[in-house]
Amino acid sequence: MAHDPVHAEHAAPDSHAAGEDKHHPGWSTYWKVAVILTVITIWEVWAYYIPSLVASRIFVPMLLILSGLKFVIVVMFYMHLKYDHKLFRVLFTGPLLIAALTGIALLFLFGQLVARFGPG
Amino acid sequence: MSAPAAHHYTTTGLDSKKIAIWAFIGSECMLFISLISTYLIYKGRSLVGPFPHEEWTGPDGRHYEPILDIPVTSASTFVLLMSSLAMVLALAAVQNKNLPKRTRGDRILGSSKLWLWMTALLGATFLGFQAYEFTSFVHEGLTLSTNLFGSSFFTLTGFHGAHVTAGVIWLLSLLAIDYRRGLGPADALNVDIAALYWHFVDVVWIVIFTVVYLIE
Repeated sequence: MAHDPVHAEHAAPDSHAAGEDKHHPGWSTYWKVAVILTVITIWEVWAYYIPSLVASRIFVPMLLILSGLKFVIVVMFYMHLKYDHKLFRVLFTGPLLIAALTGIALLFLFGQLVARFGPG
Repeated sequence: MSAPAAHHYTTTGLDSKKIAIWAFIGSECMLFISLISTYLIYKGRSLVGPFPHEEWTGPDGRHYEPILDIPVTSASTFVLLMSSLAMVLALAAVQNKNLPKRTRGDRILGSSKLWLWMTALLGATFLGFQAYEFTSFVHEGLTLSTNLFGSSFFTLTGFHGAHVTAGVIWLLSLLAIDYRRGLGPADALNVDIAALYWHFVDVVWIVIFTVVYLIE
């Protein structure tokens, strides 16, 4: 095959000017990402149906970590933030962090999260 | 033949439309985190059922099962994840439109119409799942005004569904352009912007699926 768009790892001619520092990945990366996302989702749903795991203290942190992992993978590879200009990362992560911290503060304020300090 | 798209570059050298979509996505993060926070604050504070994960017997003696249907929602989550894969393939097909396609695989992967159709259909399927879920909840006695769970649940997932609907309309408009004059590398930025919006809708659902459906 003289040229293989299946494994083409290049971007549009004017994409560098649009802010893409590195070349976008190709099909070989995209399908692997899809498989990883599917496996993590199956893992999450599987965990939901194990009562002993649901009752354990690791259940919620595990689900939050897996969800966060899927979030990061989609943002990095499908939204190409890993390959794009740093300004886009700032525009995305800045408001995301502010909103997340505000959300966590609200959960503490309304008693859904409680910090325990000291004995007892 | 593709008409060249007008690009407006800023002093940073970056296209203004791409900066705008990332700024928009940043503001959307704030919207959805406020909705998710509201859901979490009201979680467990409903005085009457139906409840998301617990059984409940009403004052009239009617018994309610936990209302969330995890198998159905897992299927719709998978559909939305696969729509993201179709979207990146649609973008790649537009970017590589002018490259020669010698094999059947090249032609399939290089068909922007196929992948745009696939993305829109998967998005519409997700909306179908959501319509089924909302309808069954209403039939089981959960509405926007039943309890705090109903109010916060329908608001959060309804806002997300509205975003998916907007995304499907956006994809269909891209398809119309593709059929009218063909999408090529000159249009890659416009397709990229639509793709960023679509993936954002996907990542929001990733969080909602875990926080609302899986965490009891």
